[in-house]
Amino acid sequence: MAFWRRNTLVERERHVKANARDYNDKFSYTDNHIKTSKYNILTFLPLNLFEQLQRVANAYFIVLLILQLIPAISSLSWFTTIVPLLLVLLITAVKDATDDYFRHKNDKQVNNRQSQVLIRGSLQNEKWMNVRVGDIIKLENNQFVAADILLLCSSEPNGLCYIETAELDGETNLKVRQALTVTSDLGDVSKLVDFDGEVVCEPPNNKLDKFIGTLCWRDSKYPLDNDRMLLRGCVLRNTECCFGMVIFAGLQTKLMQNCGITKFKRTSIDKLMNTLVLWIFAFLICMGVILAIGNTIWESRIGRRFQVFLPWTEFQSSAVFSGFLTFWSYIINLNTVVPISLYVSVEVLRLGHSYFINWDKRMYHGPTNTAAVARTTTLNEELGQVQFIFSDKTGTLTQNIMVFSKCSINGQTYGDIYDEFDQKMENTEGTACVDFSFNPLCDRRFKFYDSSLVDAVKLEDPAMQEFFRLLALCHTVMPEEKTEGHLVYQAQSPDEAALVTAARNFGFVFRARTPETITLCEMGQAVAYQLLAILDFNNVRKRMSVIVRNPQGQIKLYSKGADTVIFDRLDPSSEDLMYTTSEHLSEFGGEGLRTLALAYKDLDEKEFEVWMEKLQFAGTVIENREDRLAVLYEEIEQGLKGATAIEDKLQEGVPETITCLNLADIKIWVLTGDKLETAMNIGYSCNMLRDDMNEVFVMSGHTLLEVQQQLRSAKEHILGLSRVGSAGDVEKSDMFADSVFEETIIAEYALVINGHSLAHALEPQLEHVLLDLACLCKTVICCRVTPMQKAQVVELVKRHKRAVTLAIGDGANDVSMIKTAHIGVGISGQEGMQAALASDYSFAQFRYLRRLLLVHGRWSYFRMCHFLCYFFYKNFAFTLVHFWYGFFCGFSAQTVYDQWFITLFNIVYTSLPVLAMGLFDQDVNDHISLRHPSLYRPGQQNLLFNKRQFFLCTLQGVCTSFLLFFIPYGAFSVMVREDGSHFSDQQAFSVTIATSLVIVVSVQIGLDTHYWTAVNHFFIWGSLTLYFVILFALQSNGMFGIFPSHFPFVGTARNCLSEKSVWLVILLTTVVCVVPGLVVSFLRIDLFPTPTDKVRHQLQSRKRQRPQEQNLRQSRRTSSRRSAYAFSHQQGYGELITSGKNMRTSRVSTARSAQRTQHSSNWIENVLKRKNEVSCISDESTEAPEKSDRT
Amino acid sequence: MMASSYSAKDEDGHITVTGPGGAALRSKKPENTAFKQQRLPAWQPILTAGTVLPAFFIIGLIFIPIGIGLFVTSNNIREFEIDYTGVDESSPCFNCSQNFSWNSTQPCTCSIPFSLEQSYENNVFMYYGLSNFYQNHRRYVKSRDDSQLNGHLGSLKQPSKECEPYAKHENKPIAPCGAIANSMFNDTLELFYNDPNGTKVLIPLRATGIAWWTDKHVKFGNPGDGLNLTAEFQGTTKPVNWRKPVYELDSDPLNNGFINEDFIVWMRTAALPTFRKLYRIISRKDNMVPTLLRGNYTLEVVYNYPVRSFEGRKRMILSTISWMGGKNPFLGIAYITVGSVCFFLGVVLLIIHHKYGNRNNSADISN
Repeated sequence: MAFWRRNTLVERERHVKANARDYNDKFSYTDNHIKTSKYNILTFLPLNLFEQLQRVANAYFIVLLILQLIPAISSLSWFTTIVPLLLVLLITAVKDATDDYFRHKNDKQVNNRQSQVLIRGSLQNEKWMNVRVGDIIKLENNQFVAADILLLCSSEPNGLCYIETAELDGETNLKVRQALTVTSDLGDVSKLVDFDGEVVCEPPNNKLDKFIGTLCWRDSKYPLDNDRMLLRGCVLRNTECCFGMVIFAGLQTKLMQNCGITKFKRTSIDKLMNTLVLWIFAFLICMGVILAIGNTIWESRIGRRFQVFLPWTEFQSSAVFSGFLTFWSYIINLNTVVPISLYVSVEVLRLGHSYFINWDKRMYHGPTNTAAVARTTTLNEELGQVQFIFSDKTGTLTQNIMVFSKCSINGQTYGDIYDEFDQKMENTEGTACVDFSFNPLCDRRFKFYDSSLVDAVKLEDPAMQEFFRLLALCHTVMPEEKTEGHLVYQAQSPDEAALVTAARNFGFVFRARTPETITLCEMGQAVAYQLLAILDFNNVRKRMSVIVRNPQGQIKLYSKGADTVIFDRLDPSSEDLMYTTSEHLSEFGGEGLRTLALAYKDLDEKEFEVWMEKLQFAGTVIENREDRLAVLYEEIEQGLKGATAIEDKLQEGVPETITCLNLADIKIWVLTGDKLETAMNIGYSCNMLRDDMNEVFVMSGHTLLEVQQQLRSAKEHILGLSRVGSAGDVEKSDMFADSVFEETIIAEYALVINGHSLAHALEPQLEHVLLDLACLCKTVICCRVTPMQKAQVVELVKRHKRAVTLAIGDGANDVSMIKTAHIGVGISGQEGMQAALASDYSFAQFRYLRRLLLVHGRWSYFRMCHFLCYFFYKNFAFTLVHFWYGFFCGFSAQTVYDQWFITLFNIVYTSLPVLAMGLFDQDVNDHISLRHPSLYRPGQQNLLFNKRQFFLCTLQGVCTSFLLFFIPYGAFSVMVREDGSHFSDQQAFSVTIATSLVIVVSVQIGLDTHYWTAVNHFFIWGSLTLYFVILFALQSNGMFGIFPSHFPFVGTARNCLSEKSVWLVILLTTVVCVVPGLVVSFLRIDLFPTPTDKVRHQLQSRKRQRPQEQNLRQSRRTSSRRSAYAFSHQQGYGELITSGKNMRTSRVSTARSAQRTQHSSNWIENVLKRKNEVSCISDESTEAPEKSDRT
Repeated sequence: MMASSYSAKDEDGHITVTGPGGAALRSKKPENTAFKQQRLPAWQPILTAGTVLPAFFIIGLIFIPIGIGLFVTSNNIREFEIDYTGVDESSPCFNCSQNFSWNSTQPCTCSIPFSLEQSYENNVFMYYGLSNFYQNHRRYVKSRDDSQLNGHLGSLKQPSKECEPYAKHENKPIAPCGAIANSMFNDTLELFYNDPNGTKVLIPLRATGIAWWTDKHVKFGNPGDGLNLTAEFQGTTKPVNWRKPVYELDSDPLNNGFINEDFIVWMRTAALPTFRKLYRIISRKDNMVPTLLRGNYTLEVVYNYPVRSFEGRKRMILSTISWMGGKNPFLGIAYITVGSVCFFLGVVLLIIHHKYGNRNNSADISN
């Protein structure tokens, strides 16, 4: 990585010469090898160790270990530190190694893909990684493009080729690329070998839609732009093969440049933990200093004179120096306030939580056989704190699969399923689908559940026939019939394909087209229509028509388009029909289906000819040609008769999920590469945009000023309105929309912003305005955004809002966003795996996000917080006893406990119960968490573990340690045994305190556990038993016999724990330590119950009653409907078809009119020109919507 | 999908994808076990007034009687304590404490008269107490060699370096080594009963049975077979402060050398700077006569042990014991206090709960 970065710094301009490896080698461009892995076998150990030691905690323990090896200050044996430390390092290293192994594997797989490269005059198979800049490579249909290449020529006429850019920007429709005219006839290998053009172009960058360069060949220069480029990650479609010259390779390709750098993600709790560790460290030093000063004073006052019995050594020659040494000894003694086992335990917990995610069968998607996968194990608890979700649209919210699901023909709806009682049924998997076997040409994947429609078609009802005929004729789909009866449709938008496929299955099979004819197979009979004109779609017209002459010689106009547009043009005679249809449309729209209206009209010959002439005239006029055409199109489409059709399809459960997440106070922003209309439409269908919203702001400015203007006015609008609302504090609420103010906005707003405006709005001077405005709005939709912009938006929120962000997407275009956000979620299974591989979590359906956040995230956060609180409590209680003891042992760093107890306390005696709590605890079960999304909020507000909570639990720990020390102290100062022998010795004292401590922390964990599974019981009771077993074992005669100097406590446990008074002390200590905490938590629950407490209480009080399932399903929008056609279609194909340019099979007849040829010759320019055009939003027909339920 | 729409079919349906060759592909569907789906049966206790308040009352009701019992028992124990450090000029031991020197060959003795107001029944235990003596100092605590004390011959000749600077003296290993052993308490205390008729009766003191059984039989042991200690300890030297070597501590071979009980008791270091250690036991002779009669006594001290240099104090304690050990007012008082506090807290919480604590029942849980 470092290598190419250095290279790009100097690279101002790129010179690439085709077929000249020697020449290109001079510049040492990177080859096509990609590497995303971090280590190799040799570098793993040093690099990984180095990385791990950069963690504050690990470094701290290393320092401790070194201290412990110095005999003069070592107050504890070295094994108390090194065993746990090695364990930590080992576990982490193994985890890192596995992660990297998979990255290696993935890299290797990509690098070893085959491509055909022109080397020394012939095509040879080469691995991707061996492709170099300047090589000419051959691509075949459906292959991934291996690098960023300049298209030289293709098998298609005019050097055209089609690509799908789903991996780059998420759009699945086909895009056209055309080679330069001069190179487009280099069609075969022999000519390409001699090609020696030199490309001079921009250096590598991440702009996907921009390329500037020139080709110098045969002494002339040709400008190059993005339309000559095929970028890595695209897939070649509909094109047999093409040749191109590699311009950027490997990591310098635009795709790779768009992949943000992999950063190690840490959770906010991680960061907080590191801060707290530093604080604790400071606290430790403070205590060390206090005790060291104490030691100095003690040594100079008492110790100096106590030298009769305890002389100073050469190490400890003065009181001050003794204090200095004591400081270090105490640092060692008290180091357990930051236990190493904390880090091990946290890792284990996270791993466990990740497994629970992997094991969740409710996040398993049967049809694609994908289970949810937690790819990183470090982020789980952050899932419980998400405040912003950035979602991709295509493939994430939508399935990107369109299915014909309902229709209304001549006032009659089809598509609903009824049971025998005429009740509408939910569509489940058991429902039998319609048998299309009568039709040999049907598409077997097509499913339809309402058999009445098929019956109606079979009855040859003319309206029915016209309906499907229209669907079969009026489109720009290209058919491909490889073998007889095996039809494949190539459509530029999935909904067109869906419609044509529907018609095909209902017996109106679209089989072939030439520039002038369309061949259908109507109920088994081949029928050829003469195609007279295609009145193409554009964003203003929002409809498309064809004029055909049927075999009977009648001229018919078929039209489909947005309902509003079609209804306006309907013949008054069909008004009744229009009303019924309109009702049906609203119904369909309410179910989240995309709708479309169809109409047809008979034309008479004369009328058509007049119109045709006008059209031809208009076509010759250069100025305002488009406007004139539009007028003409308008003219002929007047007065139609109607019928309608519809289609679908969101991912399952999207609106419910979004509603639910909204209730949990999570803001969802949609960032999509799609068009504004599409995005808004999806916004409506998944309940993000609603008709009852106060205002939907659309930002579509082209300049910085315009955007600024729009943003400001929108903001003023919101603030202004709410000022009126809260008249009292007009003065206070000025332009600074602080967070308090945000809360007071009751009205609901939505912001829709397109890519151009976003680019301006993300400039430093506007980003604050944008952010403020966006946060005032309930919904934010950004469309036409590039992958990098997605990441920028995420970054913006991350930087300024201090909120946890989650990005979810499915395509390669989402990778940078996924990597930037705190948490990246990939939808796996549909498109490529790029997003899933870059993500932290992946699953098959958007709706699982709800479970991931509200159940797993919430639990993880809850568990982790309780775990940390308890852990800090436990270790403070454990360690600070040494501090108090310091005042009674001459500040000599004498430990209270046996060193075996110190070694084992954290890793054996108390680790399992707290791990069990951290793994299994649940305050409420998953159903309840899903039913009450508001229970998610404590996580967002960081309530369960923050600095305050930390203080409280350490305070509890300090108090406990105080009591743990002073109650035995009080008892032991005069205690004797039942047999009269003295008893106030240090070892008995130690065993008593240790036993009390173990019992106190066990009782405390019992009180902190909300969910006592068998495992919890086993671990808690087991740990207590284990403590006593180990205690007696370590203090047994046998152990002492083997290592007398390591087990000096022999017999203490026996002598000590057989005393009644010791047990009385332990009982007293336990009760006194636990009661205050109990009182506080009881009062908190009783007087200030959190929502969780209330829910738990409620559940408790009606335990017997099985909680009835509450249906959260929000009632769908009932009113406004949206027209699919208005957005899913791209302009320009009509001309392409009529021109015949793209038709390989049928050569355009020479008899074609010259005029038409000329007309069509500049279609590409038109396409390209219009493509960048910013479309304006379709004004939705919102006919007085009923107030839909607000939540 | 909604929680509500999980049907039984969804729960149980196990999908097996069948590949083209007819072989069943492995389904990735997670197993439907209670553990993996986090549905383990569990007890879910919550803190309610119904559980917490009774707990407080119960604690109170249990603790107060225990406390009273302990308090009464403790009060019934006879205990007598006398400080013989000799700080005051009036004190009989003042001279001894002033003229102390490690090298003096002539032991200094002093006798302190005292009287017991009550007679002491049963066995009476005689303790010596030291104050401001830091037996729990880290350097002091670790200055011993348990291996040597257990009778390991190697350690006898080569004491652990933990014992420094008391590991070797004049190039001979010290037995027992270390600061603890070196500073062993070596005052001799004798008790005389001043009969009303004027005679001084020496009260017999038992020097055995004062150490823990485990210490005497497991932890401490003489080197070799322990029959000829003088020979076994050949080649070692006595600790610097000691007057006689370790094998001359007692004439009884079972109480001599490392297993001398006075030595063992000393080696069990005290937890706190003020401590008492069992010195002797005055056994009861017969059931009819009290062990120590009410009356005047004299404590005769051979004053060997210097504590004044570090402001230490020496005490002699006589005490009887009960089922719960020696006199210990702390536990009784603590139990009574804690029990009362718990009871009181229970009452207070009950009042608070009744007055303010009903918000729980309102089911105003938002969504």
